[in-house]
Amino acid sequence: MNFNFDFVRRRKWWYALSLLIIIPGLIAMVLNWPSPLNFGIDFTGGNIIQVQFDQPVTASQVREVLGGLNLGNSSIQAAGNNEFLIRTTEINEEQTDQVISALRDKLGQLDLKRNEKVGATIGRELTIKGIEAMAIAWVLMVIYITIRFEFLSGLAAILALIHDVLVTVGLFAIFRWEVDSTFVAAILTIIGYSINDTIVIFDRIRENLRLRRKETIEELVNRSINQTLTRSINTVLTVIIALLALMLLGGETTRTFALAMLIGTISGAYSSIFTASPIWIELRIFSRERHRQAASKAATKAKTRKATSH
Amino acid sequence: MAGGKGTGSFFKLAIVLVAILALGIGAFQPLLQAMKLGLDLRGGVYILLQAQSTPEHAVTGEDMTALERIMRDRVDQLGIAEPVIQREGSDRLIIQLAGVNNPEEAVKMIGKTALLEFKTSDGRVVVSGKDLKDARAVIDQQTREPEITLKFNAEGTKNFAETTQELVSSYSRGDPKRHIAIYLDNQLLTNPHVDEAIPSGEAVIRGGFASFEEAANLAALLRGGALPVPVQIIERRAVGPTLGADSLAKSKTAIIVGLVLIALFMLIFYRLPGIVANFSLIIYALIVLAVLWSLKATLTLPGIAGLLLSVGMAVDANIIIYERLKEELRNGKTLRAAVDAGFKRAFTTIFDANATTVLAALVLYFLGSGTVRGFAVTLSMGIITSMFTAITLTRFLLHLVIGVPAFQKLWLYGVKESQIPVAARGEI
Repeated sequence: MNFNFDFVRRRKWWYALSLLIIIPGLIAMVLNWPSPLNFGIDFTGGNIIQVQFDQPVTASQVREVLGGLNLGNSSIQAAGNNEFLIRTTEINEEQTDQVISALRDKLGQLDLKRNEKVGATIGRELTIKGIEAMAIAWVLMVIYITIRFEFLSGLAAILALIHDVLVTVGLFAIFRWEVDSTFVAAILTIIGYSINDTIVIFDRIRENLRLRRKETIEELVNRSINQTLTRSINTVLTVIIALLALMLLGGETTRTFALAMLIGTISGAYSSIFTASPIWIELRIFSRERHRQAASKAATKAKTRKATSH
Repeated sequence: MAGGKGTGSFFKLAIVLVAILALGIGAFQPLLQAMKLGLDLRGGVYILLQAQSTPEHAVTGEDMTALERIMRDRVDQLGIAEPVIQREGSDRLIIQLAGVNNPEEAVKMIGKTALLEFKTSDGRVVVSGKDLKDARAVIDQQTREPEITLKFNAEGTKNFAETTQELVSSYSRGDPKRHIAIYLDNQLLTNPHVDEAIPSGEAVIRGGFASFEEAANLAALLRGGALPVPVQIIERRAVGPTLGADSLAKSKTAIIVGLVLIALFMLIFYRLPGIVANFSLIIYALIVLAVLWSLKATLTLPGIAGLLLSVGMAVDANIIIYERLKEELRNGKTLRAAVDAGFKRAFTTIFDANATTVLAALVLYFLGSGTVRGFAVTLSMGIITSMFTAITLTRFLLHLVIGVPAFQKLWLYGVKESQIPVAARGEI
């Protein structure tokens, strides 16, 4: 397929579209401070009990039982089929036993499907480790990109990457989707993966620069993006197929992960096609301008020196 | 298929493809069956224990060794096969019990310090768990109630005899001070009255047991000994067998649907090379499973997510190559030259594109928690394997394919005759 879209000319529109998600995301995080995201028990510490009753039970019945144990402010989520996800603050083994036996005594036979507890220390560690991992991944990406590309491409690629992470985190902040430990995995994978398309396009720009025809830089970049467009879209499509299958069919546990990855992957494809290369052009123009100014300054200096020496 | 050469290469191709299919069908199921499943897929408990230092005593390596031994003992008492017990850091212990029918029971036994103390009314410790020689649960013949009989060692027997003698002689019958309280983990179990001095070194904990099983469990704990330091469960993930089976079934569906859709996608977009890519994917999947199996890796839910995702990313290598191939064909190259150029020029791109993802996965492996580590392993392994199969197997298969005259039509590669330069038409 041969495409010939002018991606570069409308770049202001593409930037605006990105900011339309990123800025509300940032605002949502600030407004919800000190919990910018809806952190699950993996981060905050706490208990999750998932039970399925043999007979019809309502959420309010469950709440009533919990209220009797001073756990009335727990989050109770009906998961269909008389199944409930109960999230409480951190409680010890005996309290957990009390909850389960109270539910059993008052509401009937149940199947205890999941019983999780994460201590506050573990949550803190996860947060710290997650931030560490993120920082290290960033540094590695910057190093890799700097080695593989010249400075300006590297900078543009990193900006695109920041864009993808902000879009993903931003949407999770806006919709208050719960984040768990797999979210960290998703963000790291996005950092690793979304750079791919950018690299492929920059690779093509570099190749085309070597065999440059009579064309402006904007035309050359457009040509490069169009040449790699099928690949950019198709490779993301196969990943999206895999993620959609996981999200829709894979069950509760990997849903957060698949959702975060899905957003990151789509954003990654978008940023590498619509924003990374235009940003590179922007940076290139900017740095050329500075060079020219510096050069002309130097030239005038040289001239004046020459004049005085006469 | 006019020439003998064409027929020959067709048969060669057919044999290779049939062999791959047979291998796929034959080895897939046994490999999957042999794979060890994680707790989240078959039910079980993961417990992270934190040994706690007290003002008087900081946790030492010896404490941890003793703790590990006692925990192994307790788990054995529960009759659980293949428990995983390992130290983490300087003061933590991971216990993983797969396929437990009653995870709550296991958790209850694991969390107990099992510090047994016999105390007088003024709080003096007469004997404690370390003075025990044996503890057994029995049913009392008269009351039909479960109870635990204790036997002390020599020192315990002596202390117990002395103290009971002292109580009997100092206080009159019925005096609350003539009691010896039995505490477990600082909780009062019973506070029996001392009828007479007990020189035999035997005692009974009576009453307060709901079932014989409860008494038997406590007896087992007492026999195993008290923990050298108090412990706390700081993380626990118990998955019931029904949820595990449910997750397993759901992941299977997700994997099958994902794979079929990706295969269809490749077929529709890349036609003949797409089929070749799909055959490569079979081998890819076998290699990944075989490596996982030989590493004795445990397959978890995040691990499965990593596998499926790696397939989605894996075909990327093929896509890069095939897009190049199409482009080279449109530029007027012959089929063979286009295939060679496609592979040669795509390699750096493929390497670049995957290196960053593997880097990120490595970071995740070294800094991630247990749950996401499986994901990091399967993802990075999947990506490396995919690169390998794309540049070796796909290339080999594609060379076989283009050797067959019937497969030398441009449309089979997704390129229209009108798209290539006039001079190059009709001679690919």
